[in-house]
Amino acid sequence: MIRFEPRTNPSAIMVYGVPVLAAIIAILLAAIPLALAGAPIIKAYGLMMSGAFGSMFSISEMLTRATPLILTGLAAAIAFRAKLWNIGAEGQLYMGAMAAVAIGSGVIDGPSYIMIPVVLIAGAAAGAVMLIGPTLLKTRLGVDEVVTTLLLNFIVILFVQMMLEGALKDPMSMGWPQSEPVIDNAVLPPLIERMRVHLGLVIALICAVALAIFVKRTIWGFEIRAVGENAAAAKFSGISVTKTMVLVAMLSGGLAGLAGVSEVAGTRGYLATDLSPGYGYAGIVVAMLARLSPIGVIISALFVASVFVGADSMSRAIGVSSYLADLIVAMALLCVLIGGFLTRFKVHFEHQKSAG
Amino acid sequence: MSSAANPSLEKSPQLLLQLAAITKKFGPLIANDAIDLDVHKGEIVALLGENGAGKTTLMNILFGHYVADGGTVMVAGADGILAPLEPGAPQAALDAGIGMVHQHFTLAENLSGLDNIVLGTEPIFRLRRDRTGARAKLTKLMAGSGLNVDLDQPIHKLTVGEKQRVEILKALYRDARLLVLDEPTAVLTPQEADSLFATLRQLAATGLSVIIIAHKLAEVLAVSHRIAVLRGGKKVGEMATDQADRRSIAELMVGRDVPVSRRSERAPGKPVIGLRDVTIDRGDARRSLHGVNLMAREGEILGIAGVSGNGQAALAQLIAGLDRPDVGSVEIFGEKVTKFDAHQFAQNGIARIPEDRHHDGMVGSMTVAENIAIEDVRSRDYQKFGFLDFEAIRKRAEHAIADYDVRCPGPDAPARLLSGGNIQKLILARVLEKSPKLILANQPSRGLDVGAQSEVHRRLLEAREGGAAVVLISEDLDELLTLSDQIAVIHAGHVSAAIAAHDIDRSELGLMMAGQKKGDIDFGPDNFESSTKPREKTDENAPRSGDPA
Repeated sequence: MIRFEPRTNPSAIMVYGVPVLAAIIAILLAAIPLALAGAPIIKAYGLMMSGAFGSMFSISEMLTRATPLILTGLAAAIAFRAKLWNIGAEGQLYMGAMAAVAIGSGVIDGPSYIMIPVVLIAGAAAGAVMLIGPTLLKTRLGVDEVVTTLLLNFIVILFVQMMLEGALKDPMSMGWPQSEPVIDNAVLPPLIERMRVHLGLVIALICAVALAIFVKRTIWGFEIRAVGENAAAAKFSGISVTKTMVLVAMLSGGLAGLAGVSEVAGTRGYLATDLSPGYGYAGIVVAMLARLSPIGVIISALFVASVFVGADSMSRAIGVSSYLADLIVAMALLCVLIGGFLTRFKVHFEHQKSAG
Repeated sequence: MSSAANPSLEKSPQLLLQLAAITKKFGPLIANDAIDLDVHKGEIVALLGENGAGKTTLMNILFGHYVADGGTVMVAGADGILAPLEPGAPQAALDAGIGMVHQHFTLAENLSGLDNIVLGTEPIFRLRRDRTGARAKLTKLMAGSGLNVDLDQPIHKLTVGEKQRVEILKALYRDARLLVLDEPTAVLTPQEADSLFATLRQLAATGLSVIIIAHKLAEVLAVSHRIAVLRGGKKVGEMATDQADRRSIAELMVGRDVPVSRRSERAPGKPVIGLRDVTIDRGDARRSLHGVNLMAREGEILGIAGVSGNGQAALAQLIAGLDRPDVGSVEIFGEKVTKFDAHQFAQNGIARIPEDRHHDGMVGSMTVAENIAIEDVRSRDYQKFGFLDFEAIRKRAEHAIADYDVRCPGPDAPARLLSGGNIQKLILARVLEKSPKLILANQPSRGLDVGAQSEVHRRLLEAREGGAAVVLISEDLDELLTLSDQIAVIHAGHVSAAIAAHDIDRSELGLMMAGQKKGDIDFGPDNFESSTKPREKTDENAPRSGDPA
């Protein structure tokens, strides 16, 4: 018989060590599918390593991949802190990207120190607006935001598709459903010459630090924590749960929108329906791996990005499906969830005669 | 070993349950320290102790919810021979004839009483249900015990007392030979409690053994044969009830002298809060008020008596600023309230002590300091440009911890580490520090040990001395009668006119709590009997609660 006993005060080593351990275990567990696929295991790990960290180029690729993951990870982290289950970061990301393209592809022009903030704000605003509706439905009518935000993702992507076939379609695209490119002054410049990693990374890092300070040190962060941990007590003490939730929605949707801007104005240069390979959903995993800590999101986004980039390059080299990367990330999440449970509860195994 | 060897069965009845040297540790805490307890056939044993004394842990071990670290549980079988009870197996406890009635009922609200009782006793793989058999058995049980309930009503239509009867029937239906009742009177009116005690005595006379877990002395003295007192995990005393006296038991329970709070005479001042014809209709009786008028003045404690679930929640929500009246008006500090907003109320000097201190009173994962400042973080004292002033918050917390004797590891410790009494002190520190003019105290001492309880009472009386008006909502009559200047009774959303506390007596209050208007009550003993719900021969051995031994 197994018994679980809650731990009153988990130690710091457990709190910080468990996610790291979970990540390592997940990578080690990847040996099983690798072996089943008949791949040389040690070589495959080596290739993954060098694919993510082997050269300046691979590091740049890894960081490019990490950029949107940091932003969507933050979007999920802040929302989940307040127990607003925003599963709609993918849709918010596309709305942010679309807003950036709508404004940044020639409607207005100006120097880049004006154009870049303008597209960033436009994208963040579009993402924020996307989440306010579901949030108000939740606080006013009790509509489950998991359902509304999730379904909105599909609506948004179909809407983007429609716009790419219509109003936003690039006449020069030779029939491909993609938008006009973002004008040069609105493009997030690369950080390193001839590499893809761009200003979006810096923005993402600033967002993470700012969010950490915001949550920990401001009255709004205080209220978000209070509402997230115990909405009834927060409400009793006079904190407006609705206002706090709307603030969280704007932050979360805004960050997801920024991820869209960063992709469209930094990585791609134009909008298409394959802009995001599921960054919005991956952000949830990133946030969970980071235990909803904004600074932790940076680290877990780097981990997830390196697994993706590393596995990609490994799969090209030895012909193993790159879905392995999804597998590792999924296992890491499971390991973190199990680890989280084990930090909260002590497990006792008791040997007993089986009861009659 | 066998009690059958004993020639005089009447003098020393058969031993039914024997707990020997039960020890249970939770980390460094010793919840049960070598506790012995015997229960004989047909005996009512009261297990007394403050919160945290180890009563519940002991019963959880008996039921197999916990496994004891040491000691044995022996239960007599049908043959009267003691046999060890398998530890950690609730099913074994049930099979051995141990039935438990929890303080919070474990009934499915939408099923009938019969369904609830039969639930879980029927085999899964039988297609037809043997309803007639079950009903016949229950009818016999009801006739024998006086536990009368309409078995076909869905549970949510029953009164609390009736629900409790269903719970007891449920245990008896499973052929319980030992019934454990956890704080059975917490939710009952004094009359309902008397009726329960009469029933228990009757059941005991037919051979059922009963353990009552309690922390109110009066009722324990009234119903039990024997009293065992626990304190700090140890059994500190055991005596026959007829040899027990109130004072010595109280000292045993607490282990020290408890200061008694006394109200001083004081003339009330101007009205502080007034409700005029307030109606709140939320469809649910617990959350509705009907044409309520009440008023509390400076330096006055207005007690609101009532059985839980009669609209206290609605009244508290209203005064806490969390709800607004549908009809009628509320006047506070001489002005009509137009905006019902908890933040505004708190800032205007209304201290609000929530009913459920864990659920509404604190955010467990936030620190003690943050929980003390939670109502005021937006005020200039605790923030600069939106950034929290941790220095100021910490300083206030240090003061509060010292002044209110909040036992905690420090201001930065998470509030969830605090015990119930200390959480209440934390809440008092939060709301009373600002010398409020109106205090809403909703069940302020429920579930607290005697020490913390007297601290809460002292603080409320101190605030009254300072000229605050206190609205005290409580289900504890002793508390209401000690503290209140005026008492109004709430029943089904209606609030009676307030009566000066010295003009009132307990049985009258009890009848009003059961829904009778003050005018309807005639105090002759015959009328008293006929005006309560029909009961079976209760009064000859029904004890007078509140009567010191």
